[in-house]
Amino acid sequence: MKVLIVGCGRVGGMLAGRLDAEGNEVTIVDENSAAFAKNLPQSFNGSTVLGNGIDMDVLRGAGIQEVEAFVIATNGDNRNIMGAQIAKEIFGVRRVLCKINDPIRAQTYRSKGIETWSRTTILSELVHEMLIGRDSEPGSLLDRARRREAILAGDVVPQEE
Amino acid sequence: MYFVIAGGGQVGFHLAQALIEAGHEVMVIEEERRRAQWIQEQLGNIVLTGSADEGRFLLEAGCQRADAVIAATGDDPVNLVVCQMAKVHCRVPRVIARVNDPKNEIVFKKLGIEETVSSTRVLMSVIEQELPMRGLVPIMPLVTAGLEIVEAEIAEDSPSAGKPIKELRLPEGATVGCIVRKRQLVRARADERLQPGDRIIAFTPTSAEPEVRKALVG
Repeated sequence: MKVLIVGCGRVGGMLAGRLDAEGNEVTIVDENSAAFAKNLPQSFNGSTVLGNGIDMDVLRGAGIQEVEAFVIATNGDNRNIMGAQIAKEIFGVRRVLCKINDPIRAQTYRSKGIETWSRTTILSELVHEMLIGRDSEPGSLLDRARRREAILAGDVVPQEE
Repeated sequence: MYFVIAGGGQVGFHLAQALIEAGHEVMVIEEERRRAQWIQEQLGNIVLTGSADEGRFLLEAGCQRADAVIAATGDDPVNLVVCQMAKVHCRVPRVIARVNDPKNEIVFKKLGIEETVSSTRVLMSVIEQELPMRGLVPIMPLVTAGLEIVEAEIAEDSPSAGKPIKELRLPEGATVGCIVRKRQLVRARADERLQPGDRIIAFTPTSAEPEVRKALVG
């Protein structure tokens, strides 16, 4: 699978390394060249692109038109949201995965067909499970984390018609 | 009317001030506490301290009853998200985004935010108007109509010099609005002849700008 990852932080770098080792064709974009050395494994065989990951020209140069999946994990929710929408709506990438830590924003953009994950809900769900044990709620960790987000968003967001 | 402005920087603050002076009701959402307090001292109790990209602050600011939300921060992704959240969650009838990187204007449009103002582009066009330049200067876009207002200075050797307006080879949909001649406004009658030194204010479909340039200044 051809994958484009934006943001070579700890998560982006580790994911890139693993996908690459599994035989996928991986390209990773970051604004900071030091991030590649710091967060990619030595064995990484994919491509690195230095540049702004929400700039259409940079994304085009990184081959976004050919990829099957786009993952964006920079440390700003809004940047991630903008990049994910560029991938989904302008370049028509089939699968777009986006880190959005704020549950309300995550809920909004999930309804636009972007797959989201939130460090906050996933980690708190996980630590809760470690501490209290698995409760009776069904579904995977991701399912449960998303349900938690929906509840959080529902508290302050009026119901969609 | 009721306006919610996201971001109380230079743009947000002066916009709020102008709208208040024009008799409108305004709420500014500003993240930084000290800046928010300063705005409150200047303009009164019209500031909400919080980040406008979080849905709850848009709701708290009363976006549900706002006539327009203007995202005026210096950060393009924030402005995009503010406008989209205002549209989706608060059903605001009109959202306007400040775009800092002119390249993002097209991105915003493709992502459903039609009305954008690029501060960089506005600044560039003001400077272009100040410079003694030959050719066509874009003065201002009329976004909703897909039109552009442009200004051209006629030189001795311009193809339009000496010609009456009706003989100009202007493209479909373009028209001469008026002529500024020796600091006087001259009506653009069909048989009015253009003279060297005239400044022409014209309206053109954005896509036909090159043809207007060709017809007026060559």
